[in-house]
Amino acid sequence: MKKILTLASVAGLCLIAQAAVADTPVLTVYTYDSFAADWGPGPQIKSGFEETCGCTVKFVTAGDGAALLSRLELEGAAGRADVAVGLDTSLIARARETGLFATSGVGESYDMPVAWDDPVFVPFDWGYFAFVANKGAPEVHSFKELAASNIKIVIEDPRSSTPGLGLLLWVKKAYGDGAAKIWADLADNIVTVTPGWDQAYGLFLNGEADAVLSYSTSPAYHLIAENDPSKVAWTFDEGQYMQIEVAARMAASKQPDLAQKFLAYLVSDKAQAVIPTTNWMYPVVMPKEGLPKGFEMPVAPDKALLMSPDEAAAARDGALEEWRTALSR
Amino acid sequence: MAHRAVALGPLRWTGTAAAVLVVALVLGTLAAVASRAGSGAALASADVAAVLFTLQQAAVSAVLSVALAVPVARALARRRFAGRRALVALMGAPFILPVIVAVFGLLAIFGRGGLLNAGLGALGLGPVSVYGFGGVVLANVFFNLPLATRLILQGWSAIPAERFRLAATLNAPVGRLLERPMLRDVLPGAALAIFLICLASFAVALILGGGPRATTVEVAIFQALRFDFDPAKAALLALVQVALCTVAAGLAGLVTVPAAFGPGLDRVPARWDGRGRGARLADGAAIALAAAFLLAPLAMVVAQGFVGLGQLPLQVWPAALRSLAVALSASVLAVGLALAMALRGGALVQVAGVLPLASSALVMGTGLFVLSHGWLDPGHIALPATALVNAAASLPFAFRALAPAVGRIEAAHGPLADTLGLTGWPRLRWLYLPRLRGELGFAAGLSAALSVGDLGVITLFAGPDSATLPLVMYRLMGSYRLQAAAGVALMLLAMALAVFWAFDRGGRGHAAA
Repeated sequence: MKKILTLASVAGLCLIAQAAVADTPVLTVYTYDSFAADWGPGPQIKSGFEETCGCTVKFVTAGDGAALLSRLELEGAAGRADVAVGLDTSLIARARETGLFATSGVGESYDMPVAWDDPVFVPFDWGYFAFVANKGAPEVHSFKELAASNIKIVIEDPRSSTPGLGLLLWVKKAYGDGAAKIWADLADNIVTVTPGWDQAYGLFLNGEADAVLSYSTSPAYHLIAENDPSKVAWTFDEGQYMQIEVAARMAASKQPDLAQKFLAYLVSDKAQAVIPTTNWMYPVVMPKEGLPKGFEMPVAPDKALLMSPDEAAAARDGALEEWRTALSR
Repeated sequence: MAHRAVALGPLRWTGTAAAVLVVALVLGTLAAVASRAGSGAALASADVAAVLFTLQQAAVSAVLSVALAVPVARALARRRFAGRRALVALMGAPFILPVIVAVFGLLAIFGRGGLLNAGLGALGLGPVSVYGFGGVVLANVFFNLPLATRLILQGWSAIPAERFRLAATLNAPVGRLLERPMLRDVLPGAALAIFLICLASFAVALILGGGPRATTVEVAIFQALRFDFDPAKAALLALVQVALCTVAAGLAGLVTVPAAFGPGLDRVPARWDGRGRGARLADGAAIALAAAFLLAPLAMVVAQGFVGLGQLPLQVWPAALRSLAVALSASVLAVGLALAMALRGGALVQVAGVLPLASSALVMGTGLFVLSHGWLDPGHIALPATALVNAAASLPFAFRALAPAVGRIEAAHGPLADTLGLTGWPRLRWLYLPRLRGELGFAAGLSAALSVGDLGVITLFAGPDSATLPLVMYRLMGSYRLQAAAGVALMLLAMALAVFWAFDRGGRGHAAA
């Protein structure tokens, strides 16, 4: 009898041990392509988190932030995601409405020009939208100056790209009811409107336009990664519209603690130090060693423009119609 | 048809199944998307404007492509010169390139910073802008002139050699007696195919359209799915596309007048007409102009790509293998379905044979995603799903290459095969397959090449480790790495041409187009 008991307990121990090996938990992180790319922040953040979490991080990717949210919505509550990384301020209202996300439990004081106290969405990087041009070419420093000039620009479509939507909200925030007039005046400056940021930036680099709507950190990419100091981001007197990228954990996640730890890791010094030269955005928590050269803040904090998620959601459809009407003429 | 049904036996059912599968793929995925929550909103005025613009640009592009293709195809049909085959194959390249690559190539010639404006500037002339309605049409013609030329060229080579011989003997007008009936047979189908391709055009219209005026239905679908998350509206818009496609297919069927040349003896045509100096000059000019128009942007793609070859990231190699596997699977699937459908014939396959052209890849992919979600890991089915959607996308071209040839074989050799009691599989083995070698090779090559360059639905399914080559290119573009992306574009171009060449050559039994 005793023997049998011993045998049973040995077998039981073996089973438990086996289960422990087989059950290294997997944290499934949904993100956009360039975050998880070899050259993006994903690989370093994955290995950094895995050192301490006793888990494996698995990335599942969608094309961009909007595609990411669509995918999460398609999967609904039956989805496999534990954490979503890469939504942005213009998508937050829609994301919140889905009810798919849970309170983050992460409270950090962030180094951003605007205060952040959203209980669900955790910011992990941010940037300013800006027109990027070649140094030495004629520069302008406001939408009005731009509209009055002969400078040719490429912009992104607000119906299919986040920078495009950012520009739409930028003009709306800065000009309110006067936005339609600004768009009408800008119409002859716009060479074309592309579906996404990549095509617009490509057109600019190929000489199709004098400037492109991109980020204030774009010149830093050329400077640091390509040793090319020839690009400049214009600052506008109206102020510079912000994009804040956020992460959140899924309400349906079966590993809420691990998901919460990941979010906390994302805003830790170690992860934040990776952000600038992989995602080419500003970190939300200033790393100990500061920002790399080329990342000097071009914009005074009081010039930062941002609509709250609700404000942006309310303004979007009307602003879109103004934009479409003004540019369709 | 009753006769063919008897002769084919069980093969007929294969064709029916293939057609039903294609229709189910298009409409089933659409229904799956519609089944998801959404406003179900009716079309807004902006959507109606998008429908009108879509129809307008597609119609103008189709007519222009076909009109320009006629002289080029005639010139290629009656001239033999060194490098002709290579030229014909190379001129097909715009059609199989990823849209975005071709657009950048086109802009390197016609854009604000392109060679054309540099040339005009040197002459003291003002810059011309390619952006706007004209740009959209220019790009569509660039993409589809090769297809139109190829389809019409096939028509020419389908005129039995004996007819040209007879016409020469009688000194009869080849144009009126042979070419015009052939064109009346071929042109509506060619124009329809191009119209439908342009109906679903997305990136081109947006980039070259110059603004929101140039909004197509596909853009509205994209917006509904990505930014508004309104699947019901996306499905409604996709249904509008399918309806437009079906109506257009019906109209094209009405105006097509089958050319009745009667059977020939499978001989290579020799031509006695068009030997005058004027005809030679005209043919030379047509070929030279078309080649310049189609090849100059390609040359720019190649030139820009060479610079980027040194910066290719390591993952392009496994991605290239994946793309090859997807392309070969898609090609086998597309040609198999197309052959089964072509053998069956009838109204059902005519519709199924064009329907995928007007279906939205985004809706099809999203539908597959919805259907598979919950019981299949999207990461695992990324490549099969992409191959399936790519197969559907290239099926219409494979079908169009095979169907007329099957008809001709049946007309020429069917009665003899009947006398010999050749039915079912033996009929396929001994009657059709040997005579379809050229068309099968062409169809397989075209399907594989289209699939190599097609992003398809991979973005909806792929994880970081299962990217195809086009996806790697888009990812590079999305991370400032434009030169590396140009290098990948060159790889894509080379791969697409290589698979097309391999299949096309493998299939070429006799000197067809």
